[in-house]
Amino acid sequence: MATQDEPSIFADLDDGATEEDVESVNRWERTLRLWRETIGEQWRMLTDDLLVKLAMVTLTFFMAVAIFAPLLAPHGPLTRQYETDAEIIIADWVDPVFIDSESAYILGTTSQGYDILSQLIYGSRAALLVGLLAAVFTAGIGTLVGLTAGYYGGKIDDTLMRIVDFLYGMPLLPTVIILVALLGPSLWNIIFAIIVLQWRSTARVIRSQALSLRERPFVKAAQVAGASDWHIISRHLAPNVLPLSFLYGAFAIAWAILAEAGVSFIGLGDPNRVSWGTMLQSSRAYAALDFGVWWWFVPPGICIGLVVISGFLIGRGYEEITNPELR
Amino acid sequence: MSKASFITRRILQLGVTFWAVGTVLFLLFRLMPGDPTAFVVSAQMTPEARQRVIESFGLNEPLHIQYIQFLQNALTLNFGQSFHTNEPVRDVIWTFLPNTLVLMLTAFVIAYILGVTLGVFTGWYRGSRFEKTTVVTALTARSVPTFYVGLIVLWIFGAGLGVIPMSGMGSAGVEHESFAARVFTLDFLHHLIAPAAVLAFYYMGYPLLIMRSSMMEVLSQDFIDVCRAKGLSERTIMFKHAARNALLPIITAAAIALGYAVGGSVLIETVFGWPGIGREMVNAVLRRDFPVAQGTFMVLAATIIILNFVADLLYGYLDPRVTYD
Repeated sequence: MATQDEPSIFADLDDGATEEDVESVNRWERTLRLWRETIGEQWRMLTDDLLVKLAMVTLTFFMAVAIFAPLLAPHGPLTRQYETDAEIIIADWVDPVFIDSESAYILGTTSQGYDILSQLIYGSRAALLVGLLAAVFTAGIGTLVGLTAGYYGGKIDDTLMRIVDFLYGMPLLPTVIILVALLGPSLWNIIFAIIVLQWRSTARVIRSQALSLRERPFVKAAQVAGASDWHIISRHLAPNVLPLSFLYGAFAIAWAILAEAGVSFIGLGDPNRVSWGTMLQSSRAYAALDFGVWWWFVPPGICIGLVVISGFLIGRGYEEITNPELR
Repeated sequence: MSKASFITRRILQLGVTFWAVGTVLFLLFRLMPGDPTAFVVSAQMTPEARQRVIESFGLNEPLHIQYIQFLQNALTLNFGQSFHTNEPVRDVIWTFLPNTLVLMLTAFVIAYILGVTLGVFTGWYRGSRFEKTTVVTALTARSVPTFYVGLIVLWIFGAGLGVIPMSGMGSAGVEHESFAARVFTLDFLHHLIAPAAVLAFYYMGYPLLIMRSSMMEVLSQDFIDVCRAKGLSERTIMFKHAARNALLPIITAAAIALGYAVGGSVLIETVFGWPGIGREMVNAVLRRDFPVAQGTFMVLAATIIILNFVADLLYGYLDPRVTYD
């Protein structure tokens, strides 16, 4: 590490007090560097664990698949590959390659005539979109609310925490189902409904952290030095709760993907989009179980499981960093 | 704050939470953009018939009157009548809730017995291959959606081997005098096995992981060394001394988890065609039968809220170190 960049021991105090424009560029650089160092350090600790590494590889793989879906998928996910004489409903499927080596479809097709491999590839888009958006918003809103409640205390804390208590009284899946049924079945509404409930746990945990942080000397010092509330929350409190926010974000990826799969499976999925949940739903609607068309309903579940367990493993790996007692 | 005033405050909070959940539910169904009666009244009805139906449900009144009416009814646990079958919602709940409870409690008891035992062993044999495998298995069990495991079980054992029924709670055409008479039959057990096993497999992970970390904490305490110094056998230390002390977090976590389990019953009941309250809620939502949807949702929410409350009280009762402030 470059020694000339070493911040003075009064850096925290200086930070709130200096107002000159000349300094502002340096301050931004310093903030950026601080954030980069914190994240970099935690990244190194995280990638120490073999299971976490595997989880990261899995997530990266699915992310690449999602990004390059149009290049990778041999067919459109919702384009019928063939027509039958009956025209309206195609109740026939093509066997996958490993059963019928003549087959033109690697994983076969559904009874509606859709290519399963293409559906799986496009399904990763829905899953990751739900997972990442939900994670970012869950962690973001939860952290902001938790810090505000914990820092200000009093009435603000009471009000915010009563909202969180109320949200804790709502069962996750039933609430998402009702919201989606009322707002209309689209992926965005599902994501919205998940976020509405999910930030509750992040907020609760971050608040209790903020409650103890605000009594610490460096916060008192910043207050004495005249730093604004927002300055203290964003520069002094936020970096200290960052590991916890990440932790809850990682878990949120998993929970959100599970919730989306569940809602889609019930039949409230986005009809214009393929997700792993809607694949399972249509396989059930077409009685794939009874016909033993396992190559239709087995792969989507494996994909869900892989992505979700990656989220959990990363979360757990992170938990061990934030809570050294677990190691 | 004393214990009594803590409990009073907590009970007041309970009332407020119930009111808030009810109000939000009421508003959700009535303040959605578009015609609020569109969900309620079928478009094919003649205008007169439509008007009669709207009036019979009190939907022609202004919103605040409806709201007051709703609150009054909710206090007497009256959630109106089903738009679909005209049955009182209370009766609908009484038909479906016991089925859910039987399934959930069976799964829960199995899950906690297995989960806690495995948790004790994983905490004890920390760092071993056994611990690693068990923990990863528990995480996997929680990562694969329950309804998917249910589908696979149905495919292998139902459609493939034919040893479990494909759906429902009892064979068609069999009538029973009462709910109890029905539950204690082999046929019922036969239907119960698959969904209960799938659920138990899923729920097992949570107590296992909690018990494991709780065990680790207890094992690092001095009294375990004293036990060793006294020359007690490993088995005695593990079960009689360590496990009993590590059990505390499990009990409160179980109360909370049970609440969420009842709330999360939706999917497993759908897959196995189990006539429970979660599946009924989904069906009511899908056919826009909002009194039933509202009533069943309230039951699910109430289970969570009450069990959270119980968990809070239990915690203070079981752990004398807890102070109320």
